Amino acid sequence: MEYKPIRKVVSGNYAAAYAVKHARVEVVAAYPITPQTSIIEKIAEFIANDEIENIQYVPVESEHSAMAASIGASATGARAFTATSAQGLALMHEMLHWAAGARLPIVMVDVNRAMAPPWSVWDDQTDSLSQRDTGWMQFYAENNQEVYDGVLMAFKIAETVNLPAMVIESAFILSHTYDVVEMIPQELVDEFLPPRKPLYTLTDFDNPISVGALGTPNDYYEFRYKLAKAMEEAKKVIHEVGKEFGERFGRDYSQMIELYKTDDADFVFMGMGSLMGTVKQAVDVLREEGYKVGAAKVRWFRPFPSEELYELAKDVQAIAVLDRNFSFGQEGILFNEAKGALYNTDAKPLMKNYIVGLGGRDFTVNDVRKIAENMKAIIDKGELDVEVDWYHLKR
Amino acid sequence: MEIPENVKKRLSIPADEHFYAGHTACQGCGASLGLRYVLKTYGKKTIFTIPACCSTIIAGAWPYSTLDAPLFHTAFETTGAVMSGIEAALKVKGYKVKGEDGVMVVGWAGDGGTADIGLQALSGFLERGHDALYIMYDNEAYMNTGIQRSGSTPYGAWTTNTPGGKKHFLEKRHKKKVIDIVIAHEIPYAATASVAYPEDFIRKLKKARDTPGPSFIQLFAPCPTGWRSPTDKSIELARLAVQTAYFPLFEYENGRYKINMPSPKKEPKPIEEFLKYQGRFKYMTKEDIEVLQQWVNHEWEKLKKLAEIFG
Repeated sequence: MEYKPIRKVVSGNYAAAYAVKHARVEVVAAYPITPQTSIIEKIAEFIANDEIENIQYVPVESEHSAMAASIGASATGARAFTATSAQGLALMHEMLHWAAGARLPIVMVDVNRAMAPPWSVWDDQTDSLSQRDTGWMQFYAENNQEVYDGVLMAFKIAETVNLPAMVIESAFILSHTYDVVEMIPQELVDEFLPPRKPLYTLTDFDNPISVGALGTPNDYYEFRYKLAKAMEEAKKVIHEVGKEFGERFGRDYSQMIELYKTDDADFVFMGMGSLMGTVKQAVDVLREEGYKVGAAKVRWFRPFPSEELYELAKDVQAIAVLDRNFSFGQEGILFNEAKGALYNTDAKPLMKNYIVGLGGRDFTVNDVRKIAENMKAIIDKGELDVEVDWYHLKR
Repeated sequence: MEIPENVKKRLSIPADEHFYAGHTACQGCGASLGLRYVLKTYGKKTIFTIPACCSTIIAGAWPYSTLDAPLFHTAFETTGAVMSGIEAALKVKGYKVKGEDGVMVVGWAGDGGTADIGLQALSGFLERGHDALYIMYDNEAYMNTGIQRSGSTPYGAWTTNTPGGKKHFLEKRHKKKVIDIVIAHEIPYAATASVAYPEDFIRKLKKARDTPGPSFIQLFAPCPTGWRSPTDKSIELARLAVQTAYFPLFEYENGRYKINMPSPKKEPKPIEEFLKYQGRFKYMTKEDIEVLQQWVNHEWEKLKKLAEIFG
């Protein structure tokens, strides 16, 4: 069948819901939280209209239970999905470890929202980045198209390496903003993403398995090593699946870091998620103004693309790392990871951390220009002014 | 050992064994006995969800399992939610759930994991109407953690975090009536059971299996380690709990209450009978015991009234 995309104008949340439908998810367990809610509402609407048939919808009593029910469903062999945001994700935290430790390929959409207090419903990456060490893969979507594509790819990758995956989109900037999304006809999605074939399930009554039993000091260590190896293996699988996606549907995701005009760049802006759309636009403007700049969008934060980062870092003079998040007592989380990844290499660009957009603070092309001016000054001087710059601070 | 057919016919408890020898329960453990009866009744087509509790250990460390049935070990507060997910997945995969030839989804959790931390997930499981059975095995404290009080610990009981001191004791609350909370969800079937009355327990397990919708059994399961009682007295204590009406056996079925005491016409024995052999009650004065007796009397009268009005 020839690929002819179906174009729909949808919100980021609806893009996620359509991807869930097209992925033929079998169990959705979820709890409402702003701004995630419309993902589940749309899925429920599909079910009520018989637009999705072979599915069980479990409206649970908390996010903790949403993840627990997804875990039960996935261990029973079903393709399971849930979605959450901020406080809800924090409440799930314990069970995120459980999903990864039991090696269950659950896919979840997290709508990035700032943690309270103070209450905030706006965009911020600290919620998802706080889950860094749970054993979940993390994909950051720049736009609604990437939300849709990300969910479909996440299932394929997760089910190949037996690890859960999170697809992350920005609160309101994507979740509630409408944009054109090219959707894939069902038959072609089915070819790309066949039904899940689990290695083990709880339904093998003649060879019963016991999942999540006590692991003594004699065994626990090896369980952890295998999880670490699966994350390493995931890099290869992400590359292959991303490439296949490109070949089938024209959007190539083979690189874990998407590079934009970096080939001859003196310095680059690096970041994740929707703010990178603004950055790319700013790069075009800045290039016209004579800056030799590029953008590096980190798509996958877990596993971390250290090798791709090195390839970029060895050819640039400086990197401005834009973090819409913060690790208190240290610095921006992406900055911290990127510096760490380069420490034992010969790539030592100047690296500066800009804390931007926390709690939904606007981040515009003009902001990128100001950062570019600052970066230029740093490069000319050959040293940093400050390492971590709270860029928007009202002084 | 192969049981001869003529002997099998005389047995009132299923001869099948799906709970292996070599488990790691303490001597006289009521919970392990309960688990054995569940497996005898339901056989291999049972999927267990077990949260943090003694049974996590009893079931064995990886790569071993005492249970000849699939088992998902989960986090403390999630039994009701995980079994909901399992049931949903079975349905979407086309399995028959519940009934004699169906798959039984069983949540098997202690009183702490049910009355306290797991209450929210239990409530969610009950109100959503999943076709599965939740069994709370009640040994009246957090035994696996080392004997700390739970919501199900009775008045006056010593535990390591509610000790009896020289002047007074700390456990001043009566046992939380979890089954009443469960019944408030208006589910089709809920019952109490005791390891001292296996025929009654098995009958109730079968009823839970054959009744569509969520079902709940609160199983009284003595713990000699936590109760400071002799290991050979567990069954006697479980029986005395029923005979004193401290833990009466009853069923709630579609709005109707039915008391199923072994000797319905006999008056309950005094509560002292149940307290004996148990170190956890040893410092209680006559007045303390009277407080407990009054609670037992009140709850027993309440249950009798319910059975009379809604029988």
